[in-house]
Amino acid sequence: MLQPQMEITVDELRQLVSDRALQGETMLLNMGPQHPSTHGVLRLLLELDGERIVNCVPDIGFLHTGIEKNMEAKTYEKALVMTDRMDYLNNLGNNLCYCLAVEKLVELDVPPRAQVVRVLLTELQRIASHLVWLGTHALDLAALSVFLYCFREREHIMDIFELCSGQRMMTSYIRPGGLWRDLPAGFDQAVRQFLSLFPKRIQEYESLLTENPLYLDRTKGIGAISSEKALQIGLTGPALRATGLSFDLRKAQPYSGYEQYEFEVPLASNGDTYDRYIVRMEEMRQSLRIVKQALDRLPKGPVRSNNRKFVPPPRSELGHSMEAVIHHFKLWTEGFPAPAGSVFLPVESPRGLLGCYLEGDGGPKPLRVHFRTPSFANLQAISILSRGHLVADLVAIISSLDPVLGDVDR
Amino acid sequence: MIEPAKNLANELTELFGGTQVELQEFRGQLTLLVQPEAVLAACQKLQQRGFDLLAALTAVDYWPKQPRFAVDYRLYSLERNQFVGLKALLTDEQADLPSVEPVYPNANWHEREVFDMFGIRFRGHSDLRRILMPYEWEGHPLRKDYPLGYEEVQFSFNFDEIERRKKYVKD
Repeated sequence: MLQPQMEITVDELRQLVSDRALQGETMLLNMGPQHPSTHGVLRLLLELDGERIVNCVPDIGFLHTGIEKNMEAKTYEKALVMTDRMDYLNNLGNNLCYCLAVEKLVELDVPPRAQVVRVLLTELQRIASHLVWLGTHALDLAALSVFLYCFREREHIMDIFELCSGQRMMTSYIRPGGLWRDLPAGFDQAVRQFLSLFPKRIQEYESLLTENPLYLDRTKGIGAISSEKALQIGLTGPALRATGLSFDLRKAQPYSGYEQYEFEVPLASNGDTYDRYIVRMEEMRQSLRIVKQALDRLPKGPVRSNNRKFVPPPRSELGHSMEAVIHHFKLWTEGFPAPAGSVFLPVESPRGLLGCYLEGDGGPKPLRVHFRTPSFANLQAISILSRGHLVADLVAIISSLDPVLGDVDR
Repeated sequence: MIEPAKNLANELTELFGGTQVELQEFRGQLTLLVQPEAVLAACQKLQQRGFDLLAALTAVDYWPKQPRFAVDYRLYSLERNQFVGLKALLTDEQADLPSVEPVYPNANWHEREVFDMFGIRFRGHSDLRRILMPYEWEGHPLRKDYPLGYEEVQFSFNFDEIERRKKYVKD
């Protein structure tokens, strides 16, 4: 008979909290999973001494949807749609990571135009993701207007994505071998409009927060971590760069032609919540630079590989080429086979190192797909970051790590 | 093989020479195949050589083939700017290996995830509980003999009856 463990036993509790809690000296408090400042369904078990945090134990898994298991049951091309739903603020970045892994596994080339568009869109996605972060981060610290401004600008980017793919969020626009289809008319104009509008808007956000004494009080020295400790606990992305370590995969191991773009990796030194804010704000400016360069250099040409064993032929060929019909049929019924072997492909997502571990077994379906997601890895640092701070500061620390719970639980 | 990878391969052969280690290369990525018992020692050696970030830790289930599981570590070195893989093969009966938490503290959650999804045990882990699935869950979802969906919903009145029919291996 099923005996659900509704209550945790004392022995199990002893592992999680200090002896002081068992003697009643400190208080245990449950935070979340339904709490607006936990950015999703994150549950935290807090051990409090007065209002100071003695220990903080995260409890995750409320949004676990079995994406990795589901992908094993689909062909390589069909499994792509699952990646959109993982980190719902970085859909195109997830598409890119998975596609690069598939392309590496089957050794598929991507035409130059598709590579530039990939960079352009993922950088726009990075800005959109940082805007959601900035809005919710400021909202948690009671600056409501920043939230409204950020979502206003994010809507511009969402419109650009809708223009390309027909979807605001679940785009599935980047496919193995290139893109789903070419950029539509009006894309260039829409992006240029955003480029001219956005620099002023970043200044607007900064004038609201960067020197605001209320904001400084809530963020300076809160949740600070050293770079050695950050590496040990697996922090990556803006949170690691805020400690002064320059680790950005776009520079370190360029993919999709990132080595051809001029941009800097913003750094800070203290590793606290304020520095993470500074790094992300500067990252938006750098992303804007990359978008501008990509738009200026956008080459003409095909957007999907013409290797028919992996990429379906264009619709126009189906009417007069028997071979095209066969390829189309094979790809949409069986899929393409990938060799036995495993690859690990890391990319820089807005939150940090996003890695796709992909293993094939010679058949048309992956043997194993694993995503090393930055939110999952970064969230582990929360107990170290929050120790000794007030409960109110914990809210700032959670949002400064920018966890996306869909990305944590997959 | 590109030049830095070749240098790394030579260095690793030197470092692990004489022990039971196999160096594999696939698509330009280097993977060291080590014995499960040697994982912790290998991680220590690699950390001393500058591999200071455990970038990923995951497992693969090859069921019904044997050895059934592979646990895969991906380490990154900031100063060398290189990734290296570390792989250990495990059989069904001996699905446990030492935890690398003493070397890389962030292995904590990754090992919990692997335990939750595959039932592979990590000896010496500080807190080996399920992390994504509910605590009272039975079975390990990412094993290949675990069904994908199509499960009957269990209520208290028919729990035992459905439980008897389930195919997946229980702990």
